[in-house]
Amino acid sequence: MADVPIDIDHVSQLARITLTKEEAARFSSQFARLFEFIAELQALDVSHIPATAQAIPLVNVLRDDAVTPCLSRDAALENAPDKEGPYFKTPRILE
Amino acid sequence: MAKTGHEIRNAIARKQMSAVEVVEAALAHAQALEPQLHAYIRLIPERALAKARAIDEQVKSGEALGPLAGVPVAVKDIFCVAGEITTAGSKILENFRAPYSATVVDKLDNAGAVIIGKTNMDEFAMGSSCENSAFGPTRNPWDLEGVPGGSSGGSASTVGASTVPIGLGTDTGGSIREPASFCNIVGVKPTYGRVSRYGMIAFASSLDQAGPMTGDVFDAAQTLSVIAGHDPMDSTSVDMPVPDYAAALRTDLRGVRVGIVSEFETEIAKNDPGMAALYKAAYADLERLGARLVDVRLPHARYGLATYYLIAPAECSSNLARYDGARYGRRVDGDGDVFTMFEQTRAEGFGDEVKRRIILGTYALSAGYYDAYYVRAQKIRTLIKQDFDAAFESCDVIACPSVSTPAFELGAKTQDPVAMYLMDYFTIPMSLAGVPALSVPAGYVNDLPVGLQIVARPFEEATMLGIAHAYEQSTHHAQARTSQVAMLSSAGRTGS
Repeated sequence: MADVPIDIDHVSQLARITLTKEEAARFSSQFARLFEFIAELQALDVSHIPATAQAIPLVNVLRDDAVTPCLSRDAALENAPDKEGPYFKTPRILE
Repeated sequence: MAKTGHEIRNAIARKQMSAVEVVEAALAHAQALEPQLHAYIRLIPERALAKARAIDEQVKSGEALGPLAGVPVAVKDIFCVAGEITTAGSKILENFRAPYSATVVDKLDNAGAVIIGKTNMDEFAMGSSCENSAFGPTRNPWDLEGVPGGSSGGSASTVGASTVPIGLGTDTGGSIREPASFCNIVGVKPTYGRVSRYGMIAFASSLDQAGPMTGDVFDAAQTLSVIAGHDPMDSTSVDMPVPDYAAALRTDLRGVRVGIVSEFETEIAKNDPGMAALYKAAYADLERLGARLVDVRLPHARYGLATYYLIAPAECSSNLARYDGARYGRRVDGDGDVFTMFEQTRAEGFGDEVKRRIILGTYALSAGYYDAYYVRAQKIRTLIKQDFDAAFESCDVIACPSVSTPAFELGAKTQDPVAMYLMDYFTIPMSLAGVPALSVPAGYVNDLPVGLQIVARPFEEATMLGIAHAYEQSTHHAQARTSQVAMLSSAGRTGS
């Protein structure tokens, strides 16, 4: 079985997902199998190969800098879990 | 409701039936089958019947009708429909009411299509069986103990059950083609950039594409002509004219060179001799129609799975960062700390597979690992794309398996994510290369349907659909047998 390089506590914190101990253990063992596949990629010499970010590359897609109709403030707030006046409301961010 | 979309549209135009009658029948059929199939997260009868009445008014006043006028359509619950709940199969969006419609939804509306419901799916399109839905699994109309495939499993199931002739799905690594194969229907993944992604909830932005899932190739061609095209709201949509794909359909394959992938033939023969025999027969059918078979190679396709499971999770970890409980969707308040709110919201809102992929993607993008995993995967993506470019120098299309097995039983792979990921072995390379690919019914293995995959050069959907049409019209595999759900219906064991 391949090594699982993931420090799952650290990475789940980066991803802002609280995992239970059971989840962390289960995911770790599942990642171990996946890394058996991923390890195969290390065998290829790709030093002179350019990276592909997307297969049908369009570059410098521009549009006119014109005002067009868009979502109203009220519509944008309709799904807010909490709001106050014209604002989304969240727990305090700045002390 | 065994009619195709084009037959329904023409019957409505000739006043042989009304759009309201058609849509009421589709809604009743869907409702009757829900206990068996659970293909829908939500039916939307009010919107559907209002639209059907508007179509009937158009018929009455002699107005020109759109190409899908009055045709009942089911869309995957990943597409925003203004004013309707849109969940992406996730608890985190359980009560999310879309403030605007996806471009493809507007295009379907403008073509006269009647959207009757939002179909079930693996959460955020991550899965190959529809079992990762937060709202329970969908079942396969050809085997009620079996999965419909995924992630577009609800659309595949309801089209496979002949409730509607046309469904809309999305494909990131096989999510249209694999369920189409399992449910005995046609499923098309267009070239990346052919169809707008605006209003389609994002999973992996460099791979996601919307496409038709239909009972026959003609409806797939016509629906693709409706939904394709440039959209100023999606800067990755390509500004190229949209052909009339239905007009390009053909009935023979004279002069066509069909590439057969040596590596895939070895793989399928190793996996399952029954599957290998079915595909050999399919290639012989293509030859009989006039095609010339040529051997091609895709030497890096075997790295597709590993490459995909770095790139897609990386993109998903970035796209799904927006679900934080602040602006929409579910919020779980922590102890008054905003970070606790983010962490608890995401812990409770996401299912296992989504958490796994976000964590994997976060890791692949994190400091110290970015070059070793993410950039390396992008470079191998280049090699895979170059394989396709080279193969298409000696052939016009590639024919290959859509899947390595027919539909499997519910629960068979839920404990083993890698076994589930392997279901997309034959579909992922095309997604990474951005090329168009479809699955068309090719017969039965162990009495279950299986699809043939046809792959073309970028933006050559017309070629691909033309070949699929010739194959379909000379074989009629989908009509050769009756689905389990249809047999139960005709035996009076379900309603409608």
